[in-house]
Amino acid sequence: MTGTHFDEMRGNDSLRAPYQAYEHWFAAQDNARLSKKAGEAEAFFRRTGITFNVYGQADAEERLIPFDLVPRILSNSEWSRLAKGIEQRVRGINAFLHDLYNRQEILRAGVVPIKLVAENDAFLPQMLGFSPPGGVYTHIVGTDIVRTGEDEFFVLEDNARTPSGVSYMLENRETMLQMFPELFSKIKVQRVSDYPKNLRRSLEASAPANCEGRPCVVVLTPGIHNSAYYEHSYLADQMGVELVEGHDLRVVDGHIAMRTTKGYKVIDVIYRRVDDDFLDPLTFNPESMLGAPGIMDVYRAGNITITNAPGTGVADDKAIYSYMPDIVEFYTGEKAILKNVETFRCSEPDTLKYVLDNLSELVVKEVHGSGGYGMLVGPAATKDECAEFAKKLKAKPANYIAQPTLSLSTVPIFTEAGLAPRHVDLRPFALVSPGEVNIVPGGLTRVALQEGSLVVNSSQGGGTKDTWVLED
Amino acid sequence: MLGKTAGGLYWMFRFLERAENTARLIEAGFRIALTRSSDPASEWKSVIVTSAAQLAYDEKYDGYDSARVTDFLLRDPENPGSVYSVIKAARDNARLVRTALTTEVWSAVNETWMLLTERLKHPTPETDLPEVLAAIRHQSALVRGALHGTMLRNDIYDFCRLGTLIERMDNTARIIDVKYFALLPSPSFVGSRMDNVQWETLLRSVSAHRSFRWASDDDFNAPSIARFLILDRRMPRSLAFCAGTLVENLNYLAEDYDQKTRSLELAEALQMRLKGRDIGSIFDEGLHEFLSSILSDTAGIGMQIEEDYRFNS
Repeated sequence: MTGTHFDEMRGNDSLRAPYQAYEHWFAAQDNARLSKKAGEAEAFFRRTGITFNVYGQADAEERLIPFDLVPRILSNSEWSRLAKGIEQRVRGINAFLHDLYNRQEILRAGVVPIKLVAENDAFLPQMLGFSPPGGVYTHIVGTDIVRTGEDEFFVLEDNARTPSGVSYMLENRETMLQMFPELFSKIKVQRVSDYPKNLRRSLEASAPANCEGRPCVVVLTPGIHNSAYYEHSYLADQMGVELVEGHDLRVVDGHIAMRTTKGYKVIDVIYRRVDDDFLDPLTFNPESMLGAPGIMDVYRAGNITITNAPGTGVADDKAIYSYMPDIVEFYTGEKAILKNVETFRCSEPDTLKYVLDNLSELVVKEVHGSGGYGMLVGPAATKDECAEFAKKLKAKPANYIAQPTLSLSTVPIFTEAGLAPRHVDLRPFALVSPGEVNIVPGGLTRVALQEGSLVVNSSQGGGTKDTWVLED
Repeated sequence: MLGKTAGGLYWMFRFLERAENTARLIEAGFRIALTRSSDPASEWKSVIVTSAAQLAYDEKYDGYDSARVTDFLLRDPENPGSVYSVIKAARDNARLVRTALTTEVWSAVNETWMLLTERLKHPTPETDLPEVLAAIRHQSALVRGALHGTMLRNDIYDFCRLGTLIERMDNTARIIDVKYFALLPSPSFVGSRMDNVQWETLLRSVSAHRSFRWASDDDFNAPSIARFLILDRRMPRSLAFCAGTLVENLNYLAEDYDQKTRSLELAEALQMRLKGRDIGSIFDEGLHEFLSSILSDTAGIGMQIEEDYRFNS
């Protein structure tokens, strides 16, 4: 690891203010009792079925994401700054998407290279010249944020496509409330439980203009074998809306309708957790069984809102990411509040050379990758792994970006031997509707459970923590 | 409600009922084979036949004995009717319809699946069999209790009940049919040891061993047992009870949806066939023929429910 990292509890020399009340409580706890509580939490998660399926695992066993009982705590002022930065960023991203699919001013101005967009698979020509209701493209955004110091926050990734994990934010809080009710009477933590209500309101506010009465909202899932199925059913349940699959849907009189026990019922807003490619076999992948044939025609006719809109993935792209501060400034006219991590675009020959020469110190990622797959963490890789990766890099340089290995902040986790620092990141969730941006105070804190590890992805041995934003 | 959701609820409860019925069948077979029968192989064979698993079983094994039959019916993943398979199917359906279930019902089903997959991971030695069977019965009661205690009495509940009742009616009719020869009033067998054993199996297979004594003033004889299992509306596994309750639930749905369905008509017709019947006339019709037509009517109602409420299309 490079240098020393910032610990969010212990700070550089003394216990940081947001953790003071918690530390006081923790010091009075008995380790054996906490261990027992940790076991109870796991049993609760299993019984409730808060599990995920790991792709590519033969036994297809359902796994739990390990939950750590020490909260990650942010002060209200830290949060306010973050929230402001996220709001600015998601407004910028929505303006960017609207522009890309309509006038393309940012390309003409030369701020973002045309090539990056034209060669991007996530850019959908089918969306050109079409404006979704209220001009909102990405309604639900999960912005991955890392921290390296007292005031050093960076955006690591913009998940503008279909961010997941919000159910863990909600269940983690629920678990903490059940395990340690006394903590919440001592320490004033801002609520996250309004999220499902806010989500439904935000989706309803995004309904097509011609929708009459209360909009009918549904969640579209690929089905029970999808890794995030639990979240899909949880959100539908919490919002009080139907959870549908592709075969429940068909086009009826120019609208998308779902098959109910009483006949077909028209849907106004579809929160889809199915990838673009599978959304409509008539427009995209003809083999898809997961989508609704004809939904794109209905969409373009203005008779349904698809959230997030098809084609938002172009803003998720890691090569586009490197331009995000410019993009935000281009549309908002303000400097970006949240910083980017320094990013080397391997498509540029000089940069590629630098990256290859410094592979052992960099993190290299696929431009379109996600979930922590297909990446190289230089400092943790062997010489052979680096050499192997260098080959891939040279073969397809434009497919990669590289970033310096950040000294991610740590938050302690609970172990048998007491508290031990582990690296974390943070994914707050922003809801965007034509009228407003709403960000619930909190988010999903992912933690690398292995000592020294920087990989927080749940598919690669990461865990989660409850995230507290304190009241003033 | 989505048609798919209605279908998921219906099948979830069919599968749960099936798991319980299979466990009870094994229990009865086990008891008889262990204590009474001079011919355990034929006892185990009739267990397999009753579970409608003979073809699959014969493909895999040659001959019938306690170890193989119980393994096949309890934990064989290749047998779609094994307790392991149907509990998994019930839980898959529960995941599918999770938004329609209370936390209590969902947790009960999920816990059942967790517990039984663990229990059924390894072959069950004879000494542990009673415990495993008790666990299945216990879990089944837990789910039923959660359903009755926490679910709103609306269409969701009706579809759960329909699944239970169709499966149960099918099961009871099948059990009687496999043993129908023991119920035929044949002068040479009446009161023989053979009859007594078969009657006991029959009653135990539907958990009616004690309730028959409570409910029946009659002697322990073939017509009164047949009457009890087919026509007694007080007995929650009798054909008359299932048909009557099926009509009740389909009526609730018809009122709720303001729409009288074909499946209700079919169920009413079935109910009429059982109402006011005396057992003598059923014997005159031919017990086996009677039961075969009940089985096909039940299957027909099941399919009609799927169509009426748009489970699949």
